[in-house]
Amino acid sequence: GPLPERRLMDVRLGELPAWLATRDFSPQGLLGGLQKAWSSYYDKYINVKRGGPAGISMLLAGYCLLSYGWNYQHIRCHRWRKYH
Amino acid sequence: MNLSFFDQFTSPCLLGIPLILISMLFPTLLLPTPTSRWITNRLSTLQSWLLCLITKQLMIPLNKKGHKWALILTSLMMFLLMINLLGLLPYTFTPTTQLSMNMALAFPLWLATLLTGLRNQPSISLGHLLPEGTPTLLIPALIMIETTSLLIRPLALGVRLTANLTAGHLLIQLISTATITLLPIMPTVSILTTTILLLLTLLEVAVAMIQAYVFVLLLSLYLQENI
Repeated sequence: GPLPERRLMDVRLGELPAWLATRDFSPQGLLGGLQKAWSSYYDKYINVKRGGPAGISMLLAGYCLLSYGWNYQHIRCHRWRKYH
Repeated sequence: MNLSFFDQFTSPCLLGIPLILISMLFPTLLLPTPTSRWITNRLSTLQSWLLCLITKQLMIPLNKKGHKWALILTSLMMFLLMINLLGLLPYTFTPTTQLSMNMALAFPLWLATLLTGLRNQPSISLGHLLPEGTPTLLIPALIMIETTSLLIRPLALGVRLTANLTAGHLLIQLISTATITLLPIMPTVSILTTTILLLLTLLEVAVAMIQAYVFVLLLSLYLQENI
């Protein structure tokens, strides 16, 4: 379909800057995008008839990665610290 | 003496946003809002089962007026449970290790129970300051002791949660540092330390759940006296 209406996964790599230009970056737009991303993740992996631990585990793994990124400045110098 | 061991308890900032904000908001993602469907997904079913168990356990000793506190006590319980358990994952930050947060939870809720009691049934609430059957000579001393014990309750609530979680995280960090350092030097001792670490992690999971339960249970007990 036309570029503004396509989802992120359907956009080709070369068209990415053009697609980003059509996106709505106001607070409501960002919040709406976040809400949409969360509901698509939730409906695909958690809100299923016979879900397993995978849906939540991916979420927790992502949370661990996020926390690692947040702490990176501190973890970076771990090897050279005199006192741990 | 090693000040750096306490570095895990400072909230790291990235671009000015402290991690504590994300750590406090993350449990909301793991607790889905119940829909109007009869049979929901497994996560929602588990959550409803847990909420029913917690609510039943907390509300049975309370009278009808105390049931108005069901929402705040159950949500507090879920909040603390989720935060404590999430803190055991690698690199995550546990907001309940901060005394400021625990005191902010304990003090207003304790004060609310106290003021409810003093406002609605003042003589009964004050009567709790003197246990039945005390010898007459001991009455002044006992009233002072009971008042002190009453006033120290919010401090005890907050500090108990903070101290338990902080001590647990610190122990895990110390023993894992020992394991990693010993691995090239004495592998057998390192394996022994790994066993201790595994047992400690199991203990920490239990402590995380128990501390959340104890916090809310004590609050409901203070409520029972006063409502």
